[in-house]
Formats: sequence, C-alpha cells, structure tokens
Amino acid sequence: MAEALQKSAQAGSLKQIGKKIKQDQIAFASLLVLVVLYLGVAFADFLSPYSETWSDRTLAHAPATPVYMQDENGGFRAPYVLGYTRAIDPVTYQWDFVPDYTQKYDLKFFVKGEPYQLFGVIPGNLKLFGAVDPATGKPARIALLGNDINGRDIFSRMLYGGQISMTIGFLALFVAFPIGLIYGGISGYFGGVVDNLMMRFAEIIMSIPTFFLLISLAAILPPKLSSTTRFGMVVVILAFIGWAGLSRVIRGMVLSIKEKEFVEAERAVGLHPMGIIIKHILPQTASYVLVAMTMSVPGYILAESGLSFLGLGIQQPDASWGNMLKEAQDVYNILNRPLMLMPGFLIFIAVLSFNVLGDAVRDILDPKSKARR
Amino acid sequence: MSIPVYILKRILISIPTILVISVIGFTLMRFDFTIPAIGQLTPEIHMKNPIDPLASIRNNPSISKAAIEREEQRLGLDKPMHVQYGIWFSHVFQAQPDLGKTNTGDDVLWLIKDRAKNTIVLNLFVVTITWLIALPLGVYAALHWRSNLDRAMTALASIGMSFPSFVLAILLAMLAVKTGLLPLGGIKSVGYASMNALEKVLDIGKHLLLPGLVMTVGGLASIQRQMRGNLLDVLESEYVRVARAKGLPENVVIYKHAVRTAINPLVTLMGYELAALLSGSVLVETVLGFPGLGQLMYKAAIETDVNLVMASLMMSSILLVAGNLMSDILLKFVDPRIEVA
Repeated sequence: MAEALQKSAQAGSLKQIGKKIKQDQIAFASLLVLVVLYLGVAFADFLSPYSETWSDRTLAHAPATPVYMQDENGGFRAPYVLGYTRAIDPVTYQWDFVPDYTQKYDLKFFVKGEPYQLFGVIPGNLKLFGAVDPATGKPARIALLGNDINGRDIFSRMLYGGQISMTIGFLALFVAFPIGLIYGGISGYFGGVVDNLMMRFAEIIMSIPTFFLLISLAAILPPKLSSTTRFGMVVVILAFIGWAGLSRVIRGMVLSIKEKEFVEAERAVGLHPMGIIIKHILPQTASYVLVAMTMSVPGYILAESGLSFLGLGIQQPDASWGNMLKEAQDVYNILNRPLMLMPGFLIFIAVLSFNVLGDAVRDILDPKSKARR
Repeated sequence: MSIPVYILKRILISIPTILVISVIGFTLMRFDFTIPAIGQLTPEIHMKNPIDPLASIRNNPSISKAAIEREEQRLGLDKPMHVQYGIWFSHVFQAQPDLGKTNTGDDVLWLIKDRAKNTIVLNLFVVTITWLIALPLGVYAALHWRSNLDRAMTALASIGMSFPSFVLAILLAMLAVKTGLLPLGGIKSVGYASMNALEKVLDIGKHLLLPGLVMTVGGLASIQRQMRGNLLDVLESEYVRVARAKGLPENVVIYKHAVRTAINPLVTLMGYELAALLSGSVLVETVLGFPGLGQLMYKAAIETDVNLVMASLMMSSILLVAGNLMSDILLKFVDPRIEVA
C-alpha cells in the first residue's frame, strides 16, 4: 500500500483531497462531526454552565435536570427548571432528590457565570445558558447530564475533558512522528548493519504488548506531579509506543527512494547524509505520513482514555473522557446513573469519525482500494 | 531447509528479543524521577533501587533484621544496577526459576503461572471464536459484493472497530448484572470442585463468555474486513479467470483456489491480532474482574510492586513472541510457497 500511496502522492495535492472528501457524503459528515466536536471543546468556557472544578457537594449524584415548558395547568410557560431538595427515602434508606414545585427557575441564554479566559487570553463571564431565579436574579442549578460523586456538572466536565482527550492524540503524534521518520530514514538510508540493528530494536519495542508497556511506564511516574507535567508525561508515554511501527514503514519507503537518481546526484555533490534524508528523502513520504497520521489519532485517543480510565493517565481534578468514566468501573453505580457513560459515547463518536475520515483519505490516495468499497 | 530446522532458527532469533525486553523492563523499574520543585522533572537512572522491593518486609515487625539483610545480600540491592541485573538473570534462568516475592509476600512465579494460564485460555477462546465467525462472514461479503448485507456488515465493522473496549465491557457488565444470565468476574463458580468434567468445562465457558465477547468485537470486525478485501483481490486475478475458463465448478474455484490463497495474509496478521488482544485484555480483565495477566499487571503497577510488574511485562512479551512464532510456523504449513530461509 505504501508504494501505491507514494506514487499517487504527486498526483493528489491537499486541495484535491479536500475536494474529494466533499463529494464523499459519509466522509464529509464525519469531518463535520469532528469540526463540531473541536469547536465544542474549544469554546467549552462559553458553552458549559460551570467551570471544570466547580462543585456543590449537596448535589452529589444528582440526576439530570429536566427542562419543563408547561406549568401545572398545562399552559405554556417559558422553559424552566425545578429546584431539588435532598431527602432520605424512608423505605430504601437511600438519598433521593425530590423536585420542589415551589422553586421554579427560568432557563436563560447568555447569562453571567464564573469568569473565565477563553483560549487562555480573552477574559469573559458570559455563559451560553443557565438557570436564573426570577425573583432574586441569582443563578440556580442546572445539570443537563446530572452531577458526579463530587457534585460537579458532568456536562461541563465533558466539554473540558474533551479539550484533553481530543488534543492529546495530536500532541503525541507530533512527538512520535518526527522520531519515527528520522529513525526510519536513517535506518533505510544507511542500510547494512545499521539498518539491521535499528530495525531489530524497533521490532523488540513492538513485541511488548502495548498496554503492558503503557502501564509500566505510567506506573513509574511519581504521584505528586503538577497537572501540566503529568499531561506532558502522558504525551511522551503515548509517543514512546507509537514511533516503532511508523519507522518500519518509512524505512521500507526510504529503501526504494534512495535508489532514485536525484539522491545519487546529491550524494555526488557531497551533501551531508542527514541533509539528504531530512530535506530530500523524507518529504517524498508526505502523503503516506498524512494517511498514517489520520489513521493513528484514534489509537492515541483510545490509549489515553484507557490509561486515564485505569487511573494512570490524566488525574482528578482535571477532566478527561477516560477518567470521567472511572466512576463507571463500579457496575452498580452506573446501573443507577447510565448518563455517566456519555463520555464513552463521545470517545466512540470521535474515534469512528477519525476512522471513517482516515479510510476516505486512503481511498483517495490509493484509488485501487476505493474500487473494492 | 526442513521445517524443524526452520522452527529452531526462529526460536533462536526470538531469544535476543526476550533478553533486550528484560533489560528494558529492568532499567524502567529503576528509572527515578526526583522532583526538586513541582513542575520540574529530572529523570535519572539510579544505580540503586528507587523503589524498595523489600519495603513491605521491612515494615513487618515479625521479620528479624538479620533476615532482611540476608535478603538484601541475596538480591544484591547494595550493588550497582548491572550487577543486580546479573543476579536477577541468574535467579530467573535456572532449573527452578525464582522471580522473587510480591509486596504481600506471595510467590511471583506461582501467581504469574496461574494468571497466564487464564489469559491463554481466554485468548485462545477469543481467537477461535473470532476466526470461526469472521472468515465465513468475510467470504460471504466478498461473494455478495455491494449487496445490502455487505454494506450493513461494512457499517457494523466500522462501528465495531471504533467502540472502546472498556465502554463495551461496562455495557455488557450492566447487562449481566441486570439480567443475571452470566456470571461477572472470576473464572470458576463457587462449587467448581464438586462438579463433573462436563460441568467444569461449561462453568469455565460461562465465565469466559463475557470477557470473550468484548474482546471478540474489535478483532471480528478487522478480520472480516481483511478477508473480504483479500478475497476480492484474489477473485480479480488471472488464475481465477483461468480456473473458471477451463470450466471448473464455481464452488471449486472459490473454495479451493481463491479462498485458500486469500487466507494466507491473514495468518501473518494473527500475530498482530494476538498483540492487540493481549494489550486489550488489560482493560477488559480489569473492568470485568477476570483473573488474568492484565488484571495482575494493573494491580501490580498501581501498588508499584517491582517484581510483579517486571514478571508480568516479561510474561506478556514472551506470550506475544510465542504467538508470532506460531503464526510464522503455521504460515509455513498453510502456504507451501514460503521459502524457509
């Protein structure tokens, strides 16, 4: 596949790929889904009614707040939510949330909330929606997907969690791909003993089961890391397992490219081998790398969510889709609160869209595989 | 070259792999992050253990100081790392391997053997089920190319390949708890010892079903796609046209000539599939409480149980290398064209 892709690399420019994706309905739909997801997490500060760490302990495990449009007499009333009081069920002895029909809060758009800095620079305190007490004008509680065990809003945390889950894959890519490219480039260009040794090492890294390696790497991280450092370390760990497979394919492509005349000419002129590899040989693999990158993002998303799910990746109070699902490890917990699985659903949607898009890009660059669809 | 020589050669090649993995694992376990100020990391490899493998024994008041010192001497904890590795190596690779003790004092070797057995049973179960279902489905899809069922299977396959295994595991666990049809966790029921042979097999099968089902989904989708693609490629080739032209019955053309060739690349893929299975089993085993190698590894990593992490890492790698070895050998039998060089 790699060679066919490389041949069509010259034929298909980025512009043409974009044009063809527009024609493919399913691929275009998944591209749209991804754009919506990324916009959603980028504007999380504005879209979410609460901040990532906001919590109200009295609302622990509160159910999703229903939005009503009718009053008691069946007449229309502007959208409103009810207040909840917490009470113990006299039969089951479990805490229950009982709707209080005397407290009605209006659902309003563009309400003032906690101050935030959009993209880390633009200050603001406007939230897309929120509930307001009509009498006092004070904000009331609204949780579209309910609250977690600490009384934090699941909907808001899902948006913030997406910021980590949807970008960590790309960051890991940008660490893993240069390593894989240069490693594969050197191995293929020099050949012989160097090639043999380097490829043996890559194969050895590949013969450690991925998740076992991930876990042992994550386990040696000290527990007292700041959240930014932890994020960076998780990126490095993810990249550590990703480069080997790529380097093998790149090496195969370099083996054939280095036989070409222009490489010979550059060698005759006396260019430094590293210069030839980086400036002239590796750019030839661009289209394959593009496909490999889109195809490998879902793997990184799944790996991060898996690690965080086990409690070895992103740590509380930072949110990621994986660690939000950690509470779901307790089956009895999730049976009562199935909405907690929503982050898992988002992981699925994101991964599916990336997979479909990756398939489409591959088909465009390698028309032979398209014929089989 | 005859097949036994080929097998021997392949085994010899995989020995350095295992050795290098053990060095990597051993170094990792001694990789220490010292944090002078929060946010700054200075990784360095300690010549001595940053994680004290004897910590739990030290805290036990009923163990004498002399005994702890003897254990330190035996493991060479006061010596530099390469000497420690040598000691570890000589303990592991001997007639009666000694992998040390866990934090709680259990024998690592016994634990690993017990868990690896369960994981092997689970993986064999999954591979068998996957292949039995995926191959016929792939053949059917290729023969009924672009039919409605083919399209439906294509859509289902993309969904299956994108579904996070642990979310599926949670969903099935919910179902199991709600309906009470399947047991959740463990590999044997309480009354296992008093069952007869048939009941024992059925009981283990019942426990394998839930984790097996979760792990089958991803592999099923990808193998079905592969089989379909391969067969479509083969059906277009010249020799299939020749076989049809000389008047062979369609059944013979497809099942004797086309399908047989199309399966070969899948046998090579089996090694990769095993890798995916093994690493995926960590999540599935943890969620569903299946006592396998993955769950053991996870618990060991959480508790920074050095000996156990090291041993599980080694065991899982050996399983993977062995799996790849078997798929190579299998390919030799399935595809007579392969040169045993």
